Amino acid sequence: MKTIVNGILATCAWLLLATAQAQEVAPDVLVKNVTTEVVDLITKDKEIRSGSRAKLIEVIEARVLPHFNFTSMTALAMGQNWNKATPEQKKRLVEEFKTLLVRTYASALSAYSEQRFDFRPLRARPTDTDVTVNVRVIQSGAQPVPIDYSMEKTASGWKVYDVMVGGVSLVANYRTEFNATVRDVGIEGLIKNLQAKNRSLEAAPPAPAEKK
Amino acid sequence: MKLLRWLWAVLRPWALLLLVAGCATTADRDPRDPFEPMNRAIFRFNEVADEYVAIPVATAYRNVLHIEIRDRIRNFFGNLADPWIGINNLLQGKPYEAFEDGMRFIFNSTFGLFGLHDVATDMGIEKHDEDFGQTLGRWGVGDGPYIVLPILSSSSVRDTVGWGVDVFTGDPVGYFRPIALRNSTYALRLVNRRSELLDASRILEQAALDKYVFQRDAYLQRRRNLVYDGQPPREPREPEEPEKEPAKEPAKEPAKEPAQPQ
Repeated sequence: MKTIVNGILATCAWLLLATAQAQEVAPDVLVKNVTTEVVDLITKDKEIRSGSRAKLIEVIEARVLPHFNFTSMTALAMGQNWNKATPEQKKRLVEEFKTLLVRTYASALSAYSEQRFDFRPLRARPTDTDVTVNVRVIQSGAQPVPIDYSMEKTASGWKVYDVMVGGVSLVANYRTEFNATVRDVGIEGLIKNLQAKNRSLEAAPPAPAEKK
Repeated sequence: MKLLRWLWAVLRPWALLLLVAGCATTADRDPRDPFEPMNRAIFRFNEVADEYVAIPVATAYRNVLHIEIRDRIRNFFGNLADPWIGINNLLQGKPYEAFEDGMRFIFNSTFGLFGLHDVATDMGIEKHDEDFGQTLGRWGVGDGPYIVLPILSSSSVRDTVGWGVDVFTGDPVGYFRPIALRNSTYALRLVNRRSELLDASRILEQAALDKYVFQRDAYLQRRRNLVYDGQPPREPREPEEPEKEPAKEPAKEPAKEPAQPQ
């Protein structure tokens, strides 16, 4: 019985992977599809709507993570310190940074409340391998909030390596923090800080999504 | 005159502290934030005030008022702000945007029932975000040092000046009379604004290793983006360049930020 289940799981995983690689989707189409799909999921899923964080993170890991290049993100956030890290440290840095970003992303998603998205047409040449996909979140009585995805073309499709919300680059924002931390306590210290941060988020999950 | 006196009152303590802070220490401080120790102290104070006063009030407000009503309130204040936004667009040499702001104000004030409904956005005339700090930025005024204002939080020298101009000339609520009405309107706007930022501040709390640094950098990036109306010169994708040292971080930000008046 167990073998069968494992077999099915493996097949599913393989299929997912295969489809992900097969379709050479344009970056703007990819962003639109994933956004629509995820928003659809979180607005319909009963568990998520009733505040299940685990389920939300599950959705993010399955639908969103494959389209991010966390190694690139971490390298960019580390700046010049990236090359000073050992391969083993790099691995842990990527892992911790990824965990932190996923948790943050989950909070951002749980704050979603029926805003409209405006997917902007991609302005890039077909030969470009590094593009910015612009999405805007539209709300009455306020300026639309731009969300810009910096994406690079890789062997396994387009991957996001930075997200800018309202002109604030996530990667650039972390770079100052990481730089300062490395300067003060070194790369090991930074890894420890990230671990501690992640643990504290786990121990004390963020305040429940407040009433909308 | 009133404005000048007020500005001096606000800036004087800083001028003194800056002198003191400037002489003291420096180590490897971010060049955009020469007054970090003082800023951090004010930041800590703000955090406490936020936690014990602003957040509870804003949360209660959010829980008591239905989202429909809160949307109306946001639209109302958004509409009041549009004329001044239009003037700033004019000052920045953007007549078309200024024209849109004017149209927004006209449509929303009439068909939108005194601004309670943002019909202009539905018609496709989008709202802009401008203030006098951004106008100064457009004119080439650099941000100057980053400063944390009590209660109002993140700002810069340029944006503090800009904010002063916003408050004393461009804000229609400032002309509301009697004074009690004006003050209650200020309060309502403030609470409404804070309630809209509840989610964002929770996310910030979560994302940051050092909230002070995270917020500062986000503020500076945000303001720079606003000054350039969302089209700042693209920054080169790092890292790899031959050891330039952290100096490049600040260098690439010629102009950023002011404050968030409303």
